[in-house]
Amino acid sequence: MDNKKYTLISRIKDSDIYFSFIKSPTAILSTVILVIIFFCSFFVELVTPYNPFDPSSLSLMDAFTPPSWTEDGLSKFILGTDGQGRDMLSTILYGSRISLIVGFSAVIFALVLGVGLGLSAGYFGGKYEMIVMRLTDVQLTVPSILMALLVDGIARGIISREMHDEMAIYVLIFAIGISEWPQFARVSRAATLVEKNKDYVSASTIIGVSNIIIMFKHILPNIMRPVLVIGTIGLALAIIAEATLSFLGVGVPPTTPSLGTLIRLGNDFLFSGEWWITFFPAIFLVLLAFSINLLGDWMRDTLNPKLN
Amino acid sequence: MSFLKINNLSVNYEMRRETVFAAKKVNINVEKGEILGLVGESGSGKSTVGNAIINLIDEPGKVSEGSIILDGTNIYENPENILKLRGNKIGLIFQDPQTSLNPILTIGEQLIETIQTHLKLNKEEAKNKAINLLKEVGIKDADVRFDNYPHQFSGGMRQRVVISLALCCEPELLIADEPTTALDVSIQSQILDLIKRLTKERNLAVILITHDMGVISETTNRVAVMKNGDLVEIGPTKEILTNPKEIYTKALVSSVPPTNKKINRFKIIEKESKTQSETNIKILNRWTKKEIIDQDLVEVKNLSKTFDDNFFTESSKNSVMAVDGVSFSIKEGESFGLVGESGSGKSTIAKMIVNLYSPSAGDINFDNVCITNITNNKEMMKFRKQIQMIFQDPYSSLNGRLKVKDIISEPIKLHNPSISSQEIDSYIYDLLESVELTQQSAERYPHEFSGGQRQRISIARALATQPRLLVCDEPTSALDVSIQAQILNLLKDLQEQLNLTILFISHDLPVVRQMCDRIAVLKNGKICEISETENLFKKPSHEYTRELLTLMPKIESIYN
Repeated sequence: MDNKKYTLISRIKDSDIYFSFIKSPTAILSTVILVIIFFCSFFVELVTPYNPFDPSSLSLMDAFTPPSWTEDGLSKFILGTDGQGRDMLSTILYGSRISLIVGFSAVIFALVLGVGLGLSAGYFGGKYEMIVMRLTDVQLTVPSILMALLVDGIARGIISREMHDEMAIYVLIFAIGISEWPQFARVSRAATLVEKNKDYVSASTIIGVSNIIIMFKHILPNIMRPVLVIGTIGLALAIIAEATLSFLGVGVPPTTPSLGTLIRLGNDFLFSGEWWITFFPAIFLVLLAFSINLLGDWMRDTLNPKLN
Repeated sequence: MSFLKINNLSVNYEMRRETVFAAKKVNINVEKGEILGLVGESGSGKSTVGNAIINLIDEPGKVSEGSIILDGTNIYENPENILKLRGNKIGLIFQDPQTSLNPILTIGEQLIETIQTHLKLNKEEAKNKAINLLKEVGIKDADVRFDNYPHQFSGGMRQRVVISLALCCEPELLIADEPTTALDVSIQSQILDLIKRLTKERNLAVILITHDMGVISETTNRVAVMKNGDLVEIGPTKEILTNPKEIYTKALVSSVPPTNKKINRFKIIEKESKTQSETNIKILNRWTKKEIIDQDLVEVKNLSKTFDDNFFTESSKNSVMAVDGVSFSIKEGESFGLVGESGSGKSTIAKMIVNLYSPSAGDINFDNVCITNITNNKEMMKFRKQIQMIFQDPYSSLNGRLKVKDIISEPIKLHNPSISSQEIDSYIYDLLESVELTQQSAERYPHEFSGGQRQRISIARALATQPRLLVCDEPTSALDVSIQAQILNLLKDLQEQLNLTILFISHDLPVVRQMCDRIAVLKNGKICEISETENLFKKPSHEYTRELLTLMPKIESIYN
């Protein structure tokens, strides 16, 4: 036992989480799908030969080409092209990059805000806790899409028209983040209430450690498990929320389309027979959200101490 | 032919990394009318044997070998056998009376349900039987209490109800798994008396599973000692306790705090007996040792604490008086014991002394300075450094996300901000060695250590600030008895060599007797009496102390 090397890799390999991961086919499958999607989205320039946002490379002659396996399909456009002759596959991957960036940023924003407020509310208690928690209660009575629409509307009123397209993505991140933070606040407050009554917190207090250090060095790492689970499921929700908002036309502008924008643009052509323009982005979105949710479910089961 | 015959029983748990042999070829016979004690430390397999009898081994465990024959029927021959026997011939009593009753059914409903499952009685007959059972286990006004819910009973009363449930269907074998561990000593003795009486009256065969040697010595006729799944020794209780043959039994018996006298150190008998000598206190040369002067280090005056459970109104209606006008003082270098049952307020006092709670009324003076109303942070740190605490639960008192090194270095860095990192490392190593842990422990995480080792880490952390007062809140009650002996020896050594003052809190009278110079007995937040240890045990002056002493299960040291 004394000779064991404690490298990071050996610790990971030795952990129960690793064990349960390699035993779960759904977790492995969804991770593989996600890794492929993430890789293709973030390194999209390396993966695809086309840049759909470079007007010089586009040819209107190629517009409305159906997928390659159909009668009129061209082998160079696997999933066909849209109304401007842009390759669908490349457009989807560029779009999913925007969706993922918005999703991740929104979740991180919600996580930092929610955990910060929840942790401090749970730790300090009293009137401060009551105010924060009532705030989450109030916000949870408003559907999150409405909340995001509201934020977007206000932002439109404040930001000038010229700036709006530029700022759209930040507004979107803020809107989705602000609609998701109460979940994080609730979970981290509940976990903090459990942790702060444990003796290691008392021991640190007796030693004389300050509240801030106790909160961030001692309690925070111990409440990260449930927060990560909520975060994963929140990521799927954020991506769907982004798609919904973009579909409604209040999200990212069509010049830099996300998955939701693509679905909306394609929707116009659905009844004239060009189904692929909306179908493939939609399927891609489902696959992405579904994989994240499956991974989140597995994490919830594995990281839940009560189920072990 | 014995009533219950366990032949060559082996139980294996196929775990991910290894196979755990929870019981290895265990042979036990139990006769009717006798109480057999099954004793051992945690992980010894005593509960496994109990569960194997009723076929309640959890996955992934399984009985790999052997047979259990109850009154001529082999339990493992046919899976239906056990279903017939469970509840009919075998009754069960669990450890925790809080969770073994269904809180949303009245105890009457639970009793009738159990009776009607096993016996063909109509509702009226079942009710009569249930009321008779409740009377038999000593519940007063049984016909009224019949309609009460479990929460309307106290812990001890609830355990009586659990026993009456176990007796519903006239079992002949009773398995009691730690039936009194969750109970206070005064209630424990009542429950044990009840089990003894029922054994005699109903001619039961009883298997009493416990870790408590005192319970064994008070209750059982024969005792089986288990260790790591092996049956070490079996024989009449008196013989095992006074004249054990196996070395493990000797070690176990000698580490039990004797109730009849005060001993200097616990004898630790191990095969590789290296820790016989006194601990090598490496931190001694770093310690700025306070000379012991004959004066009070801690003075507690009229201390009170009320807990108000209502957030909005501060009415006195809902408040609970946890500590009620307590006064005592602790001399420098002394070990002072606080004894009481659960709810007596002993932990609350400790938390006020270490300044986790602030008192509702009264003063605490440390080194002649009142520390209850210090608001200045710098001033407070001076006292934080001098007062440290060791907690009851070694599993929650260490942050599992930090390495041992980081846990111990936290107080060092905080109180000596200018210290170099090499200096910190060597200090950590000295601290670890002083509590008999290896230097390699520093790089590990708490979950890699056993409960006793974790408690040692806790002690090392507490010593890191070089405190003058060490508050020990039930430091050994979560530990096995042999580990308890080691930890108590360690605390004694540390105290002697470092001139520590110790406030020792415990519910366990024999432990307090071994550790303390003076003892205060607490009941419902008030002090009953304060007295020199030997005086208290020989001539208790307060009624409550006398009661506690007579109820305490007695076990005498086998060494003189």
